[in-house]
Amino acid sequence: MTLGIVVFPGSNCDRDVQWAAQGCLGIPTRYLWHEETSLDGLAGVVIPGGFSYGDYLRCGAIARFAPVLQEVVRFAESGGPVLGICNGFQVLTELGLLPGALTRNENLHFVCETTALTVDPGSCHWLQGYQRGEVVHLPIAHGEGRYQIDAESIKALEANGQIVLRYRSNPNGSVGDVAGLCNVAGNVLGLMPHPERACDAATGGIDGQRLLASLLG
Amino acid sequence: MRCPGWQDLTTVRLAPVPLFRARVLVALRPSVLDPAGEATRAAAERLGVNGIQRLRIGKAVELELEAEGLEAARTKIELLSDRLLANPVIENWTLELLETATTEA
Repeated sequence: MTLGIVVFPGSNCDRDVQWAAQGCLGIPTRYLWHEETSLDGLAGVVIPGGFSYGDYLRCGAIARFAPVLQEVVRFAESGGPVLGICNGFQVLTELGLLPGALTRNENLHFVCETTALTVDPGSCHWLQGYQRGEVVHLPIAHGEGRYQIDAESIKALEANGQIVLRYRSNPNGSVGDVAGLCNVAGNVLGLMPHPERACDAATGGIDGQRLLASLLG
Repeated sequence: MRCPGWQDLTTVRLAPVPLFRARVLVALRPSVLDPAGEATRAAAERLGVNGIQRLRIGKAVELELEAEGLEAARTKIELLSDRLLANPVIENWTLELLETATTEA
């Protein structure tokens, strides 16, 4: 039972995830450098926040071609749990593991605050520790978190129950108040909020704990 | 006397390869809000430049590449644009392509 944490040049929440998982919850972790190609022995993979490869070109656009991510795609397609946080969510959309794209916040502000979210876990593996309709508070910190997808696709996502986290007060102009999105199979979750920053009671709330603890079964 | 399989590498190396110069313009799709463009338009008003009805910010990518011909160059750049330079979910792209000269490969 080891959680892999992808590390790109420019990742900056990799250590936060490690502290949350290993330090707060006792889940062993292993860093996966972007050039690695082995995910052997991992129970799940997190793509953390930051600015992968400087976010040149577009957020997540360069990261998509990292050798480790080709393995993460294979891992996800065989049902392995994959979590993309913030920049990791952007990477998952660029990879095509989740639909849509994340673009510049509507008001141009870099938003950095704790925000209220409504959870609708559906079949999302990562959110089975939460009740439907439960309100949780997680920190957000992003300049490009406005979820974008065409009108028809957003209806399909709603119909499939894939919009598993919604902002109660939309901070960035996301279509459908989308804060977090899951794939149909339930094993791939991408979200702009930072659950790893809400795991240690010493630094605030612990609403993010149950998300990472889902790996413990 | 030359050994079997010998070829005149000098000739091969000097075979000219056409060089193409391209500019790919990446723009947000018309349906996608461009907050940076809106902010720039607001600044234009403050500068005293009035009457701007529309201002959208995109990217211009300039590149030079070798290819066997114009169509081969176009095929390469189309792949590049669709898969890397632009994200088709939110962006469109257009291509300007010119043959410039030949290089000594």
